[in-house]
Order: sequence, then structure tokens, then C-alpha cells
Amino acid sequence: MQLLNILLDASATSNASNYFPIGLQLFFAIGFVVTMMFVTHFLGPKRKTADKLENFASGIETHGDARQPMAIKYFLVAILFVLFDVEVIFFYPYAVNFRSLGWEGFGAVLMFVAFFLAGFIYIIKKGALTWED
Amino acid sequence: MFSLQGITNGIEKWLHNNMSANMALLVECAIVIFLAISLFAILGLILVLMERKVAAHMQIRLGPNRVGPFGMLQTTADTLKLLLKEGLTPDGADKFLFNLAPFVIMIVAMLILAPIAFATGFQIWDLNIGVLYVTAISSISVIAILMAGWASNNKYSMLGAMRSGAQIVSYELSAGLSIISIVVLTGSLQISEIIESQRNGWWLFKGHIPAVIAFVIFIIAVTAETNRAPFDLAEAESELTAGFHTEYSGMRFALFFLAEYINIFIVCAIGATLFLGGWMPLHIGSWQGFNHIMDFIPSSVWFFGKTFLLIFLIMWFRWTFPRLRVDQLLSLEWKYLLPISMFNLLLMTVVAIMGWHF
Repeated sequence: MQLLNILLDASATSNASNYFPIGLQLFFAIGFVVTMMFVTHFLGPKRKTADKLENFASGIETHGDARQPMAIKYFLVAILFVLFDVEVIFFYPYAVNFRSLGWEGFGAVLMFVAFFLAGFIYIIKKGALTWED
Repeated sequence: MFSLQGITNGIEKWLHNNMSANMALLVECAIVIFLAISLFAILGLILVLMERKVAAHMQIRLGPNRVGPFGMLQTTADTLKLLLKEGLTPDGADKFLFNLAPFVIMIVAMLILAPIAFATGFQIWDLNIGVLYVTAISSISVIAILMAGWASNNKYSMLGAMRSGAQIVSYELSAGLSIISIVVLTGSLQISEIIESQRNGWWLFKGHIPAVIAFVIFIIAVTAETNRAPFDLAEAESELTAGFHTEYSGMRFALFFLAEYINIFIVCAIGATLFLGGWMPLHIGSWQGFNHIMDFIPSSVWFFGKTFLLIFLIMWFRWTFPRLRVDQLLSLEWKYLLPISMFNLLLMTVVAIMGWHF
């Protein structure tokens, strides 16, 4: 019943017209950047040469394509972020409503954090965060 | 007493007396947007100048002092110069993504400006999920950085973008958790309500030790999120030239630069709002006389004072700490800051349930 009330409150306050200012801001932000790019396009010189259009490599010739496979560690960090960020997002509704939930809700969150910690200890034991091989 | 709310109310009354309701609304929108864009440009110029002045004085130099009084027009001159420069797109680059990246990073920076309260009743858009909105929109900027790095087809850019991506997403976790620990105390995500809840004292002082820990973690995390030294691996000058924006020139480079400084302003404004009471003057419990004296200082001065204090702190870091290695950076976040902020959040919840805070 309580949850239903929260949902009803949410639907009452978030209709489309509440988000009108952000649409306007988005529109003008795009306008600002487009104007700047147009101005610089007309004011700036255009003297392109083959040397100028090469990729910068501190003065030496570039060797091969830059888009090579990267270390898997970066990918792993990104995947871990997705998992943990979802857990952080779950805290937002709890943080807003925890006063009405009291100690019972705190017990539930404690259990949630315990699961979080189990996963956290697992990834550390697996060596997902050690960078030297 | 000077107050921005008085000015806005005066303008609104004048518009409603002289025009129809719809017309007045349109004109108000136009004024607000004009103000937002000019604030944006002016902030960028001021912050770049401030960075150079602070850096200079930390190194016992004078800094820019030739263009205008105390070199105040230096950054304006620099911007004009960049506007007149040639914008190059390298042959090897992905043309579309290369040109799209500065747009994305700039638009994201401008969108986060919307829910920030600059003074009493002076806020573009007071939405009910203000804090969540800021965290959600600010994470889009990592896409722009990866886009710029990948599209450039330059090894420095690629490495810089990868590092920056890993760094920003990692530190977002503890920044988010320390924001939530203040949301626990206020019970609301709305910026105006968060500020209103600090009328009798700022959360940094009212929330006991958990609030102080959350504040320290927040400052570390946002320093990393905005790619500032000592976490500036993404554009480590001595090893990666300029990181993800190595290949950018002219106005596109200026847009990246501007967006970086606007992001610093925004995270410091959020920090000031959550922990230092936003535009709320320094009030101490029931000291009526003291509180009245503090109320005489305009709220906009309080807000900008606190925000610039935090910005100065972040600039100070740059000349105090040496740069970290990428593995040190990630183990600092994952092995220390994340568990600490998690337990800190639980501690804060207990404090709030027991009513131990003031």
C-alpha cells in the first residue's frame, strides 16, 4: 500500500510539462555550440597540407593504426562499474524513503550490502583488480 | 540589501504588467537562457584565468599581467585567438565522431547547469530529482571523451581516453555514495529542499563524523572525475602530450577546455550545495545575533564564495600532489574509497535513524 502511494506521487509530479525547461536548455545548448562552430568556420583560415593532416606522434612517423586491441583490464573495470553502479542506484529510493521504513528497512539494506560485499570480495580474490600479472 | 530575487521579481512583475501571460513567459525563458549562456562563457573565462593566477602564485610567479588590469582580459584574448584559428580534422580520423565529440561534452556541461541554485529563489529549474539528474547527466561526458579518443586515431588520444574512461566510471561510484549519504539526512533529492534543511547549520557540521568522511571522499572523487591533477592521467602532459584532445585544434579544442572548467564549477557547486549549505548563510543553532549579521551578506555571495573556495582547493591539489599511476589510481578507488564510502553510508543511516544529528 505504501509503495503504491509512492508510485502515485511519482506519476503526479512527473508529467511532460515539468521537463519543458530542460528541452529548451538542450535546444539552446545545441544552438550555442553550432553558432560557435559556424563562426570559427568562417573566420578561421583553411590552408590544409598533407603534413598538417597527419596524426601527431611527437614528430616521428606514425606506425600502424591506433585502434589496436587495448588491455583487457579497462574492459573489466567498465563491466565492474556497471554491476556496482546498479547497486548504488538502488540506494537512491532507499535513501529518500528510509525514515518510514525504520529498522526493518535497515535490516533489508544490511542484507543487500552483505550481498554487495560478497561480490566485492569475490572479484578481489579472483584478481580482477590486480594490474600487474 | 542587494538580492537577486528582488531583481527577478521586479522583472517578472514588469513583464506581466506590460504583456500577455504567454508573451511574458516566452520573454522570461529568453532572458533565462541568455543569462545561462553568458554565465557559462564568463565562468569559463574566469576559471581559466583563476587557474593560471593560482598556479603562478603557488610557484612564486606573477602569472598573466599584461592584457588588461592584472591580466584580466588575457583569457578573453586567448578565446578570440582560438576562434580565429584553423580547425583541423586529421586524415586518419573518423570525421563524424571527431566533430561530434566537442558538441556532446559541451551540451552535457550546459545541461547540468540547470538545477543549480545560485541564490535565494534564483534557480533555472528546481526539479524534484535534482541530485539524481546531475549524477545521471554528468556520466554522459565519459562517452564524449571515449568518442574523441577513438575517433582521433592517435595513440596518445586512445590511451588517454581509455584511462579517462576507467577513471571516471570508477570514481563515480564513491561520488554517488557520498551524495547519497547527504540525501539520507535530507530525505529529498530536490536541491531547494536540501538547502532549506541546512537553515540551522550546514550538513558538514551537523552530520558528525560520517558527513566529514563523505565530504573528503566527495572531494577526492570529483577531483578524479574532472580529470584534475593528481588524477590527470587522461591528459598527462609529460607522457601523453594532451591525452584525448591531442588532435583537436582551434575552437573545438577551446570547447573541450571550456567544458572541463564548467565541469569543475558544477561539481564544486554541488559539493557546496550538499555539504556547505549552498546559498544558505553560516547559521549557528540559536545564536540569533550572529545569524542576523550573517543574513546581511547576500546569498549569491555565499554561494559563489563557497564554490570558489572548493575550486581553489582543487587547484591547490594540482600543485601539491604528484601524479598517480593508473593501477594506483584504480586500487585507491576500488580497494579503499569504495568500501569506506559504503560503510560510511551505513553509519550515516544509523545516525539518521537514531536522530543523532543536530
